[in-house]
Amino acid sequence: MRLDLELIQDTLIVRLSGDLDLGVADYLRDVLEDSLDRQPVKNLVFNLAGVSFVDSSVLGVLLGRYKRISRNGGKVCVVKPQPQVHRILELSGLLRIMAEFPGETDALENIG
Amino acid sequence: MRFINQMKLEFLSIPANVAFARVAVAAFASQIDYTLPDLEEIKVAVSEAVGNSIIHGYGNAPDRVVKVHAALTMDTLEIMVEDEGIGIEDIDKALEPAFSTDDERLGLGFMFMHSFMDSLQVDSAPGRGTVVKMSKRTGTGVTRIGTEQ
Repeated sequence: MRLDLELIQDTLIVRLSGDLDLGVADYLRDVLEDSLDRQPVKNLVFNLAGVSFVDSSVLGVLLGRYKRISRNGGKVCVVKPQPQVHRILELSGLLRIMAEFPGETDALENIG
Repeated sequence: MRFINQMKLEFLSIPANVAFARVAVAAFASQIDYTLPDLEEIKVAVSEAVGNSIIHGYGNAPDRVVKVHAALTMDTLEIMVEDEGIGIEDIDKALEPAFSTDDERLGLGFMFMHSFMDSLQVDSAPGRGTVVKMSKRTGTGVTRIGTEQ
């Protein structure tokens, strides 16, 4: 897994790539929680363009961050998941609570 | 049913082995005629089953053993994921979507296994471990394995 974080105004962009499974779930949760603790973040954008695999352990991490962000009135969205990842997100129901955008620019325009 | 190939893996119950197991099973399964989306689905099902053994069966203890058996017929993959962990008290309840014993988990593991495989069977009892058996047929017919002489 590769992970890159960028704060644009009050939106944290989380760029993920590689395989996301139980082997990285705890690390990802810790990094995101640390980042949300350290700075004022209202919204969260998960850029999943480079993600080749995801399972329920990481969907749980995304859901946990959604709960935290939405509790504070923010929004969470996903950018450009590959087809197999899109299918998992859809089946899990996460796409009913997180909007999906084709690029980060669209996400940032619509989320603020 | 005649198996054309079989394999068995045993590995420690550490999260890094989730990727090892799914990649190994998918590579094994690719000997018959699965599409790439089929193989992606197999990978998810294996990840969920092995993840369950590690998290729920063994409570994240890293020194236990998870066993994966896989067998191929000309058009079907059978997978068995086995642990000797705490077992499942109420299998019906565990199979319900969105049931999880852990707050941040979605309880989707069995739902994905059920959705992506053609059959799913769970044998478990408290204190006696869990065996998950799954199978999946190829969608589009049979690849010829044998070479013409």
